[in-house]
Amino acid sequence: MFLLTEALIVSAVLFVVGTFGVLVRRNAIIMFLCIELQLNAVNLSFVAFSRYLGIEGQLFVFFVMTVAAAEAAVGLAIIISIFRHYETVSVNNFNLLKW
Amino acid sequence: MANFFDFLFSAEFLFYVFSGMAVGSAIAMVTRKSPVASLLYMVATLASLAGIYVLFEAHFLAAIQIIVYAGAIMVLFLFVIMLLNLGHDYQKDLKGGVWAVIAFVVAGAMAGVLGRQFWDAESAAIYQNAQGEAAIDALLSSQGAVGAIAHPLYTDYVVAFELTGILLLVAIVGALALAKRRV
Repeated sequence: MFLLTEALIVSAVLFVVGTFGVLVRRNAIIMFLCIELQLNAVNLSFVAFSRYLGIEGQLFVFFVMTVAAAEAAVGLAIIISIFRHYETVSVNNFNLLKW
Repeated sequence: MANFFDFLFSAEFLFYVFSGMAVGSAIAMVTRKSPVASLLYMVATLASLAGIYVLFEAHFLAAIQIIVYAGAIMVLFLFVIMLLNLGHDYQKDLKGGVWAVIAFVVAGAMAGVLGRQFWDAESAAIYQNAQGEAAIDALLSSQGAVGAIAHPLYTDYVVAFELTGILLLVAIVGALALAKRRV
């Protein structure tokens, strides 16, 4: 089979890098970008599987991309309204839930 | 010499080139301090992933990845970064200390779990009864890259497709309501 395991490993590496970025960055927009990177890692494994298991995998990637677009629009609107309130997008300042 | 060019344009070699670009730009995306630099590295990652999609015969998705993801969503991020005028504060953006340790532990554990799942994935039982590459190639050559996706999208998955349209409508209304409100 053509490079299935290799593609899955690349997708795992991208997912882990995205997780690391979400945990280690303070800028809310960059954390958001890292979540997009995780979505893309999953998309890559869907595409790699769809080469062997049927075209439906590509349909799921299509749906994931649509949901990612909706999520980006709403998330960025939330970030803009947080910025209006705090004048920053650093997650250090969002501490209302801290105890 | 001909052998060298065959190797240079072989699917395996291109896959490794695109994979290296994708992983390298992803790591750069996580570690760069400037938000704009991070975002441009993310665009490079998305473009490399589109190249990998082409190698796996997902031509429609590769085009959508470039047009929608790298073209539209990333430009939306860029607009927001420039609108908020970010990247001029010189405080450290990477968390240090205990958070870095937690991040390394979680990322390492996740890498271990994923690696264990993906190692030797090709010998899994599901591939013994799979349609295989030949069936996908036949489908793509008979219906075309777009038709092969469009046919199931408008027949078997039409409910999910319509729901996605409603989701996009809700997202438009929600984004407008959140971003226009005076706080």
